[in-house]
Amino acid sequence: MPHYPNKQFLDFEQPIKELYEQIEQTKKLAEKNPKINYQSTVDQLELTIADKRKEITCKLTPWQRVQLSRHPDRPYTLKYLEKMTTNFVELHGDRNVKDDKAMIGGFAQLDGETIMFIGQQKGTNTKLRQLRNFGMANPEGYRKALRLMKLAEKFNKPVVTLIDTPGAFPGQEAEERGQGEAIARNIYEMIRLKVPVICVIIGEGASGGALGIGVGDRVLMMENTWYTVISPENCSAILWRSWEKKEVAAEQLKLTAIDMKGFGLVDEIVPEPFGGAHWDYDEAAQTLKHAILRNLHEIKDIPPQERVNERITKFGKMGFWNEV
Amino acid sequence: MKKERDEDFEANLSGNENSDAARSRWFKRIKKGILTSTSEKKETPEGLWAKCPECNYICTTTELNEGLYVCPKCNYHHRIGSEEYYEMLFDNDEYEEHFDNIVSTDFLGFTDLKPYSKRLEEIHSKTDLKDSMRIASGKINGQGLVIACMDFEFIGGSLGSVMGEKFSRAVDYCIEHKLPFLVISKSGGARMMESAFSLMQLAKTSGKLSQLSDAKIPYISLLTDPTFGGISASFGMLGDLNIAEPGALIGFAGPRVIKETIKKDLPPGFQRSEFLLDHGFLDFIVDRKILKQKLSQLITLFNN
Ligand SMILES: [Zn+2]
Repeated sequence: MPHYPNKQFLDFEQPIKELYEQIEQTKKLAEKNPKINYQSTVDQLELTIADKRKEITCKLTPWQRVQLSRHPDRPYTLKYLEKMTTNFVELHGDRNVKDDKAMIGGFAQLDGETIMFIGQQKGTNTKLRQLRNFGMANPEGYRKALRLMKLAEKFNKPVVTLIDTPGAFPGQEAEERGQGEAIARNIYEMIRLKVPVICVIIGEGASGGALGIGVGDRVLMMENTWYTVISPENCSAILWRSWEKKEVAAEQLKLTAIDMKGFGLVDEIVPEPFGGAHWDYDEAAQTLKHAILRNLHEIKDIPPQERVNERITKFGKMGFWNEV
Repeated sequence: MKKERDEDFEANLSGNENSDAARSRWFKRIKKGILTSTSEKKETPEGLWAKCPECNYICTTTELNEGLYVCPKCNYHHRIGSEEYYEMLFDNDEYEEHFDNIVSTDFLGFTDLKPYSKRLEEIHSKTDLKDSMRIASGKINGQGLVIACMDFEFIGGSLGSVMGEKFSRAVDYCIEHKLPFLVISKSGGARMMESAFSLMQLAKTSGKLSQLSDAKIPYISLLTDPTFGGISASFGMLGDLNIAEPGALIGFAGPRVIKETIKKDLPPGFQRSEFLLDHGFLDFIVDRKILKQKLSQLITLFNN
């Protein structure tokens, strides 16, 4: 995680920012008055920060979870790969149009086992955010993802996807190259992929753009993420005919990890460090690594066709209706 | 060249069909089975008048019905529902409807400007439609076929749990009876009031198509005006054959969203059937007047 001067704070994180400012002031005082020991004051402030992080975690609203999922300091796919895996080799291109920088993938080892990792990637500064198209993939991104999944299938390696997208890119060229078809094809091929597939929502899980790499034997959600059919902002615009109802939309959509686990639409919630994954990249990555390994262990010995059938059955059960 | 219709079909997904944005160009089935244009209507001794939204040509609804709801002057394909497609395609209008006992319920207690449960109640009291998709089996030119057809007037033809479940059971029915499957799409996208449950229908229906494919049963996807979002990002684009009616708007993101994103106007004909054919996403475009003939020709080729 970034150190204080570079840290960014959300509105509800402001009390923590103030505590950091107090630490900075204390340190300045310490420089001016070398004879006085300020260390206990600093220690006390740091303890207060830790408490504050816990306090924030305890009372997050759905909208605040959405905000945390978009936190500018939040770890993205490549950060998790750096912290969790060894021997990562990034593979590029869809062999057709171009290399989509919003979708990355490649082989890496997780605890010694070779796995194909695929995920959306967001940028960490203004320039990179544009390069990564804010994590919004074009059709060639989804087709690159599919190419890598088929590569994994050929060599019998499990697939792990890390999902973090505000949606598939709604652009003119995306339509020309068949954004709908690309996502549809991925969903169709993923549900019948012969190797184990584990999907993790690590940030934003928006709609078809997320599901395009989101069909797996196990779907996990990190604690402060969201996953649903539309972003709260767009839902507000269409259903409330106003941009002002995003908080209400976030509540109504029941898009948090707790809701999704409760509905049986995801299998597991991966806990984050107090206050969110951006407070401790190492801790967040280690927790995720163990969750992936445990789930992989549970499904890897199921015969492939049986695993595919179970996957189809699992998604086949999703929905609610009455029979009259 | 068709003139560009600056229509915001997303408004239909809200279920607020009386709002200006949602007041749209499809034929509305009022109870008693009478069709009426939502925009222009006027009682006359010969029946109801209908105005073509493309060329403003005015004719009676009887005349339009006889012409399969295609404008006699400009060939504009009016938006119609499952009842009209079934009548047009099944021999002697004979078919058996399936799974119509499956209805939507407000599991999430979703409330936007109105509770979802209230919306469902209101629509059910206004139309005979149970939801946005109907399933029927019958014969076309003597050959068996299962048709799943959407009704746009039911919350913009939105994809929710009921559509997903009916679709799934229709696939099982096709496999059991070895019948080809035709899906006629006409939808603004996913049903937001069912949140993530509606999103998961994309995976659910794809899983069923995987089974249909393994059973070597032909699946034809007919895309009609408009087909967007979750439909084009799942079974709409997954046909063994993807075909479309002329001039239909088809895409993933709606034109409004794209315009807001790229901040410029879209080229003429963008996201129309002809555009999709040009870019390689359709097998062919089929005029409604020869749709039945073309379908039975295809079924013959598959079955032979
Ligand atoms: Zn006309």
